[in-house]
Amino acid sequence: MPLCFAFHLVIFFLFYDSKTPHPQMKHIFKIAAILVAISAIWIALLETSTVPRSYTWLLPIYLVVALGCYGLFMVGFGLMFFPTCPREAVLLQQDIVEAKEFLGKRGVDVGSE
Amino acid sequence: MEAAASRKRAYSIIVPTYNERLNVALIVYLIFKHLPDVNFEIIIVDDGSPDGTQDIVKQLQQVYGEDFVLLRARPRKLGLGTAYLHGLKHASGEFVIIMDADLSHHPKYLPSFIRKQKETGADIVTGTRYVKNGGVHGWNLMRKLTSRGANVLAQTLLQPGASDLTGSFRLYKRDVLEDLISSCVSKGYVFQMEMIVRATRKGYHIEEVPITFVDRVFGISKLGGSEIVEYLKGLVYLLLTT
Repeated sequence: MPLCFAFHLVIFFLFYDSKTPHPQMKHIFKIAAILVAISAIWIALLETSTVPRSYTWLLPIYLVVALGCYGLFMVGFGLMFFPTCPREAVLLQQDIVEAKEFLGKRGVDVGSE
Repeated sequence: MEAAASRKRAYSIIVPTYNERLNVALIVYLIFKHLPDVNFEIIIVDDGSPDGTQDIVKQLQQVYGEDFVLLRARPRKLGLGTAYLHGLKHASGEFVIIMDADLSHHPKYLPSFIRKQKETGADIVTGTRYVKNGGVHGWNLMRKLTSRGANVLAQTLLQPGASDLTGSFRLYKRDVLEDLISSCVSKGYVFQMEMIVRATRKGYHIEEVPITFVDRVFGISKLGGSEIVEYLKGLVYLLLTT
């Protein structure tokens, strides 16, 4: 039964993760475990045929498309509301003038870049 | 170390420099302006700048005192991680603040880092540009796009526990910084990402404060194809090792 096999794989990865003496190779296993779990569900659906097989075969494609949409949406959303601060650039110029004046009077060579 | 024994500061601000002759003077002035009632020291780690950065630092020592502005130079460019380590060796503070010398990190945010740490007892306070009251100036659309793309990728795959991974304006508890530097191997801004990801995995308490980032120098030139490749390599490396 492929579902059983996949399930054991997940268990193995999860336990391997927590029992490993040096805390290395952690995050990639979490991602692998999630992928295995998803595959297990998919294989189970294929085997049991609760949904027509022709639909089940397309599910991974839907998943990839959904992930891509999520990524594009997050990037686009982030771009649209990218926080900018034009005023800060002006304030910084004022600070630079102030600092140069103060330091110049006290013998720090701030004349040349 | 002898010097560190005689003085005792609450905060050590480490500023690595290379050819920052003018900027180092400006940043020292601004740090003193914005931290009037704080017991701190500034440690300048200069990597043998040929433009006379160290002469300016010596002049600044005349103005502010050698106990407050420390020059700890190295003979040549030796990398960011070792620059922090070098500064750390001479730091007497219980907390260490790291910032860039090019004025993209404004010292006016220092009080909010300190306040946040006091309020929460955090191990690390990291400045973030990507929240309300934070922001970036001087980036074109392409630069913003790569930045957002890189961020979404890292947040989805790594769950790093901080919203701004590649920024380097941060406050650390001293021993936390020592621990992190000793376990990080990356270079450049992947190093900053590695520091914060490892900190999250080690269970350190991380807090964020908004900062603004005025990019006066770079723009598009900073992020070419090779940087993107380096970033992706760093991402894979962190996926495999953390």
